[in-house]
Amino acid sequence: MAATGPSSTETLERVRAGLAARYRRERRFRLFGAASAILGLLFVLMLFVSIFSNGYSAFWQTQVKLDIYFDPEVIDPGATGEPQVIGKANFDKVVRGALYDLFPDVSGRQERRDLKRLVSAGAGFELREQVLADPALVGQTRTLWLPADDEVDMLVKGYIDRDLPEASRRLKDRQIAWIDALAEKGLVERQFNAAFFTTGDSREPELAGIGGAIKGSFFMLVVTLILSFPLGVAAAVYLEEFAPKNRWVDLIEVNINNLAAVPSIVFGLLGLAVFINFFGLPRSAPVVGGLVLTLMTLPTVIIASRAAIKSVPPSVREAALGVGASAMQTVFHHVIPLAMPGMLTGAIIGMARALGESAPLLMIGMIAFIVEVPETPLDPATALPVQIYLWADSPERAFVERTSAAIIVLLAFLLVMNGLAIWMRKKFERRW
Amino acid sequence: MDTAEQAYDMTNIEKAETVPPRPDPGPEPAVVQFAPEAEPAEQEVAEERAEYDTIGDVTAKDAVMTVRDCNVFYGDNHALQHVNLDVGRNEVVALIGPSGCGKSTFIRCLNRMNDTIETARVTGEIRLHGDDINSRETDVVLLRARVGMVFQKPNPFPKSVYDNVAYGPKLHGLASNRTELDEIVERSLLRAGLWDEVKDRLDDPGTGLSGGQQQRLCIARTIAVDPEVILMDEPCSALDPIATAKIEDLIDELAQNYAIAIVTHSMQQAARVSQRTAYFHLGKLIEVDSTDKVFTNPGHRLTEDYVTGRFG
Repeated sequence: MAATGPSSTETLERVRAGLAARYRRERRFRLFGAASAILGLLFVLMLFVSIFSNGYSAFWQTQVKLDIYFDPEVIDPGATGEPQVIGKANFDKVVRGALYDLFPDVSGRQERRDLKRLVSAGAGFELREQVLADPALVGQTRTLWLPADDEVDMLVKGYIDRDLPEASRRLKDRQIAWIDALAEKGLVERQFNAAFFTTGDSREPELAGIGGAIKGSFFMLVVTLILSFPLGVAAAVYLEEFAPKNRWVDLIEVNINNLAAVPSIVFGLLGLAVFINFFGLPRSAPVVGGLVLTLMTLPTVIIASRAAIKSVPPSVREAALGVGASAMQTVFHHVIPLAMPGMLTGAIIGMARALGESAPLLMIGMIAFIVEVPETPLDPATALPVQIYLWADSPERAFVERTSAAIIVLLAFLLVMNGLAIWMRKKFERRW
Repeated sequence: MDTAEQAYDMTNIEKAETVPPRPDPGPEPAVVQFAPEAEPAEQEVAEERAEYDTIGDVTAKDAVMTVRDCNVFYGDNHALQHVNLDVGRNEVVALIGPSGCGKSTFIRCLNRMNDTIETARVTGEIRLHGDDINSRETDVVLLRARVGMVFQKPNPFPKSVYDNVAYGPKLHGLASNRTELDEIVERSLLRAGLWDEVKDRLDDPGTGLSGGQQQRLCIARTIAVDPEVILMDEPCSALDPIATAKIEDLIDELAQNYAIAIVTHSMQQAARVSQRTAYFHLGKLIEVDSTDKVFTNPGHRLTEDYVTGRFG
């Protein structure tokens, strides 16, 4: 630009003088922004690193290879073949026998007890299940991998310091020696812990799994989805498309927004008072959890659905009305299909929130210690976040890794759900 | 308020808070004071009437729709005032006037699209072949099948070309089987002059067509239900001159079968396509006459000012 006169040169000079400061401010602002983003990411990274480093080992479980002789004398002395007799048999003795055979020179009550403790208390149950399933096993010898005790598991995974004095660790010197001897023979091995995903809670960490919690959470989410999605969408459609604009509707709107901000524990108390005390629904049941979480997610679903309906351009409604569609046909043929991706996204995000929720479940008794994996939504169950809370409270070292492992599983579910929401938004997003 | 006016039955109004009311006319400019006998502001209805007398002949030879003393209120805003106008068979009526003069409001009365605006209130008598469309007996769905509408912005459904055209006939059960439906779709697209361009991509989304094609698709969608009247609300305002020319040719052809009312901002367009022209100003219908007369020898000073480009 050529300066045409003295005045314009002067303006240019002034602008130029301020430019450097302007750009500096801009750079500084950008730097702050980048710094806060990096800090946020760093915290997330820290969370993930700490949880994964603590939890990944729980997906493997130390197993001990034993030659089990299903001694008819112990299991079924009368050779009856009756399940009742086999069920009551002392399978611990069978396991013990296999261990004594491996270490024949171990004698004395205390020593033998220590030896027995290398294998999980659940090993006997496992054998019983096998024999009940196949009674022909009695009298035969089988080579089986059985879960090791949680302390052994911790030692093999390297969480127990061998240099500590014997009195201050949970495993005795001789137990460590036996484990090393077994390991040398290749009889101790870390195997993938499939049981972790299928079993319920247990006092023994090596037997405890998140199967019951996952199923409880699943039942709860099913109930929540079935109730909150249709109700939420119907409410949103009514409020957006049919409700007259008056003070009552305004009041409803304000209350829906308020409901979304109510602390979740309040919904738990409400569920306790209404669903359990008044309607007499079973305690600790996923169906009650689902009802409570429905109350909690409903406002989220309604608000997301209304936003999705609002984003459908009025021209589509006009077009439909213009060719003679009724108000309801307009909504069902055009508005809802176009708003569906947004509504589903809202529902999935609501579900993800419900999955991570623990406070309201404490109020309705889903915090109980429940070993059985629930079969129906009416059976007592616990949920993933509550299971995490329960395990985080347990003193055993082995529960620490299980807590983190359960958190990993929960985070994986949440990531999948949120990823699904993002994918759906990207896939079905329309621009007008 | 005029005793002849019948308060519009509010219970019939369907809800949909979609379209904002058209812009207010704003404060009256000085040019409005054309009727020296009228006194400003509050006065008796009888005296007021004189101001709303329309110059020219509001009736049509073979009237399909007759509008008598139509008023529209958006809340307290009297957006359309005492309008009388006929729409005749096989003719194109152009509605012209400056923005906010009420021409779109008027056209939306004819198929009760104003129902969708919550604050809108329509009074007066609008008859389609003698049936009062605002009466309780009139089914608004049926009315809109008889009085189709093409909007300012092309608004095809985000569905395939085929489904766009087939939607109306399906809705009203006009086709008993797929073959009939195919025929209706083909005939409608042919009449809208779009068939040759889209016959190979009937399954492509209608929103993927060009602007002019989209608008012709909307016209095809409208005529697919075989209406008696077609209302067009500035159908070419979003199109380029070539697409506009195509639509105008199409309007000419359609006029042989339908009664058409078209709102337009282009006086050239009004002159080209219409047989009669109605000039609106600030919610009043100032003048109606044959298009030739309105453009060459207007009866009112406001009309003259507008068509000669002195304002507007």
